[in-house]
Amino acid sequence: MSEIELHGVSHEFSTPDGPFPVLDNINLKVPEGAFTSVVGPSGCGKSTLTRLISGLIKPTRGSIKLGGTEIVGPKPTVGMAFQNPVMLEWRSVVKNVTLPLEIVAPKMPAKEKEDRARELLKLVSLEGYEDNRPSELSGGMRQRVSLCRSLVHRPEVLILDEPFGALDAFTREELWQIMHSLRAEEKITCLLITHDLRESVFLSDEVVVLSDRPARSQYRTDVDLGPERSLDDLYTPKTTELLAVLRHQIEIAQGRK
Amino acid sequence: MEMRNNLVRKVIVPLTAIIIFLAAWEWIVWINDWPNYKMASPSDLGPAFWKYRVLFLEYGWDTFWRTVAGLGLSVLVGTMLGMIMGFSRVIREGLYPLLVGFNAIPKATVVPVIALILVGLDDLNTVLIAFLISFFPIAVSVSIGLSTLEPEYRDILRSLGATRLTIFWKIALPKTLPEFFGALKVAVTLAFIGTNLMEIVEPHGKGLGHLFDSGKINADYPLMFSVLIALAFLGIVLFYIVVALEKIFAGWAERD
Repeated sequence: MSEIELHGVSHEFSTPDGPFPVLDNINLKVPEGAFTSVVGPSGCGKSTLTRLISGLIKPTRGSIKLGGTEIVGPKPTVGMAFQNPVMLEWRSVVKNVTLPLEIVAPKMPAKEKEDRARELLKLVSLEGYEDNRPSELSGGMRQRVSLCRSLVHRPEVLILDEPFGALDAFTREELWQIMHSLRAEEKITCLLITHDLRESVFLSDEVVVLSDRPARSQYRTDVDLGPERSLDDLYTPKTTELLAVLRHQIEIAQGRK
Repeated sequence: MEMRNNLVRKVIVPLTAIIIFLAAWEWIVWINDWPNYKMASPSDLGPAFWKYRVLFLEYGWDTFWRTVAGLGLSVLVGTMLGMIMGFSRVIREGLYPLLVGFNAIPKATVVPVIALILVGLDDLNTVLIAFLISFFPIAVSVSIGLSTLEPEYRDILRSLGATRLTIFWKIALPKTLPEFFGALKVAVTLAFIGTNLMEIVEPHGKGLGHLFDSGKINADYPLMFSVLIALAFLGIVLFYIVVALEKIFAGWAERD
């Protein structure tokens, strides 16, 4: 586990028409073991944020630290899951999950890799599907495999880029609960990018609202729901009020208020 | 029952179609009373095959191995070109018009050029034409397969610090195999055409193309038709070798 710290991070893409600012002076801190959600209008630069933290691209200005050390490139202590849970269709489910271990721990015995993958698949209730082909799985199941793959190498930091965005409402709620049980087992610092306010509240300890592009941190709030959560918690007066506040902030971010 | 249905569908139906085809052919020749120097009938083919059986085996082998060698060269060079074009947009934009232009040239015109440049080296000539005619679809399909790889595929491994080579071996290459085999099915037929083109246009006493040519000179229609049948048979064999390889290496892409 290690904390995520962004300090004055700005990023712009260079285009033929000059620099195109995406992020503007973002400050963010996810304490060790905490879960933070980032919400904001479409196209505000949320995905760029994940690519910066995973070291895939470098920020134009500012510093990003994981566990106190500045990131200069991709690190094996980071796990990532995307909205599109791409699978290696020619491999079995368990072999899809072990993929990161082949890069991070090439010398680990195959048996050990598979045991670790099977343990995670069991956690997400995919026991019995280990040897199936990904093409035999539903969208929700593929996303669960993708989550296992992002956790298999015991990363300290997990970055989730709208992983539940393309799923139907019921599957999504099911995966939220799975996410909670994964968090209970795997000690990890999480950053979730999402469009779904209920999702952000249900899963995290803190929600950050970004403004429209170029994105700035516009609002932040703690979520006091405790570690044990059920879907019913989303329908209490307290949560409803919190969701209304976030809704309002999103409308400000979209420039509608 | 299941197995018997399969047998009927996969063996008996195609076999019946072939028999009907041969019967119709025989009938048309018989009803028109065409002599052998005008049109051969299926019943003439058996004796022709038997008469030239040694030549059929020898020349058939020539055609076969030179096609396979040309195709092998296509796979090597085509994959390499495809990889370079798939990974570098600059090279792709530079090479594309050249390749398209080259592919547009009818290969029958290239045959005498190659035969003149490499005069006397008949095997090399033939392999070269088989290669030149068949590498294009392989290069294009590999480059498209690589350049359309979803960015998430790359990011999964890149975010862990994997090198480009690792990403290529673990993801890009196997991911491209279905497209590669699709192109190989086209390429194997093209390479086969290339080999025969060289054997017929620049006869050098080798291959089924040469046998066809000598049948033509002697107005030996049964021999010419026998060669056509032999070529069709060889083409089918080559095609299904590729299909079998596809099943082994890219069978995962098939969905029932």
